[in-house]
Amino acid sequence: MTEDIKGTVKEYILQEFLPGEDPNELTDTTPLITGGVLDSIGTVKLVMFIEERFGVTLQAHETDPDYLNTIESISNLILSKRS
Amino acid sequence: METRRVLHQLFDDAVARYPDNTAVVEPGEGSINYADLAVLSNRLRDRLHALGVRSGDRVGIYLRKSIDGVAAIYGILKVGAAYVPVDPGAPAERNSYIMHNCDVKAVVIENRFAEKFRAEYERLGALPYLLTLNGTGGGRALRQALDDADQEARAPEIETASSNSRDLAYILYTSGSTGKPKGVMLSHENAVSFVDWCSEVFQPESTDRFSSHAPFHFDLSILDLHVSLKHGAALVIVSEEVGKDPLRLAPLIAEQRISIWYSAPSILALLAQFGNLDRHDYSTIRLLLFAGEVFPVKHLRALHALVPKPRYFNLYGPTETNVCTFYEIPTLIPEARTSPFPIGVTCSHLSSKVVGENGSEVVAGEEGELCISGPGVMLGYWALPELTAQGFIVDAAGLHWYKTGDIVVEASDGNYTYMGRRDRMVKRRGYRVELGEIEAGLYRHPLVEEVAVIALPDEEAGVKIKAFLSCGQAKHPSLIELKRFCSEHLPLYMIPDSFSWHETLPKTSTDKIDYQRLKEMA
Repeated sequence: MTEDIKGTVKEYILQEFLPGEDPNELTDTTPLITGGVLDSIGTVKLVMFIEERFGVTLQAHETDPDYLNTIESISNLILSKRS
Repeated sequence: METRRVLHQLFDDAVARYPDNTAVVEPGEGSINYADLAVLSNRLRDRLHALGVRSGDRVGIYLRKSIDGVAAIYGILKVGAAYVPVDPGAPAERNSYIMHNCDVKAVVIENRFAEKFRAEYERLGALPYLLTLNGTGGGRALRQALDDADQEARAPEIETASSNSRDLAYILYTSGSTGKPKGVMLSHENAVSFVDWCSEVFQPESTDRFSSHAPFHFDLSILDLHVSLKHGAALVIVSEEVGKDPLRLAPLIAEQRISIWYSAPSILALLAQFGNLDRHDYSTIRLLLFAGEVFPVKHLRALHALVPKPRYFNLYGPTETNVCTFYEIPTLIPEARTSPFPIGVTCSHLSSKVVGENGSEVVAGEEGELCISGPGVMLGYWALPELTAQGFIVDAAGLHWYKTGDIVVEASDGNYTYMGRRDRMVKRRGYRVELGEIEAGLYRHPLVEEVAVIALPDEEAGVKIKAFLSCGQAKHPSLIELKRFCSEHLPLYMIPDSFSWHETLPKTSTDKIDYQRLKEMA
């Protein structure tokens, strides 16, 4: 389940924000927001993708880097919503 | 127009008239009334004076946007110094350069930024005095820092400086084409003439609630701060995090009953697209002002349909003049319209003219560079006399005209329409971005041999920035590595949208990078 979530999120980020990037470069701990991969529009798009794809609703404060900065933390957030 | 007054006098006049009104609201952190904000800023004035800050000095502000930050601005002005706000999210190296460049006497800084700042600054010279705050929020951290300093030795109370209207009030650093930011020097007269123009056109009331969306190092903040606090109104601080997140910003604007909104169009476009605006009540908004870049008409139309009540104004002007033209958006935006609205007519406190390449005025209908004269025009660029001189033309009567670099056309009704730039500056999220500064940042990467950055028009974002690079190695840095490198060396709004690697970059016959060819390749 965890790997499915991580894989799906990773695939989306590669396709949407890192076209042409070697998938091995994007790890579970690559900083996305503080590392300049996601700007404000990118973050909004990612939130919409997560909500739609995983059927969860993010609270306003959950759009912070605390929750969305890595694939690891995004996966944890989605899992916590589903449990 | 009367412009002999100074910014902190406008504030103190409001304090005398509206001591109990709420001056600043910081959602989640509290609020402060005019009387208490005056006390806090006076205490900082006294402390800065005790530290040796005098009229004519510069004092840096390295804080997140907060009540503490607003009090710091007025404290610095009241001791007669000029404030120099920096982007706390920008690399410490850039902020140290700025503080060192204008030789600040002291810096009001949050402890979370102090260590990196100190390390970077010490490479440049002897550290200025740091008044370190343990965080920000509600003015408490500034109050605590002043209490702590008073415990050691109480700062004697001094008179607020009776500054001259031509004195420097603040320096705003903008992107520089040479790779280093440049400091735009603005006097009290520059700011007050603009603030008074806002009073005349927008008729603010003490019951108004202004948004403070722009960061304090961005020139849009001058309207937010100094117009609201001149009129006894409330200034509602929007934090950096919430300010870029339409999902959190949309409810905040409604809950805080904002009546005068002012921001760059980019966040308004995001609000229209993703903010679920139809779920909230925006009936309190009476003025919706935007500036800093072109507002794509399709997003403006969508926003107007969702929030139809306010009057919408497009304000235009570079940091060097603040707002110099304005245009009221018509209440009906035809479906067929796709071209952006004009930037409008000249503000009453300024004069404008359009000049051709030879420097002589062109007639209405012809393209030329917009030039501005009057009390709103900057004193110059800090420590860059040549650049300052290049920025102006002087007419036969000795009048100085600031050359905006913007190419415009004047219509028969007197409205100007923006056509483009005459140099390599673009606007992104309202910020000025010199493509040369991005190139200089990328050149610092050890593997990068050649860089060229171009801007391409984009319907969604206004412009997309594309970087072309070459490196001598077989394996070039990954996209993630490049973006991370950029985030450490450039403000986030300067990070290119895309990167492409080439063996070498195309050259012209004089062996310069061929930008025209790159645009064709993009």
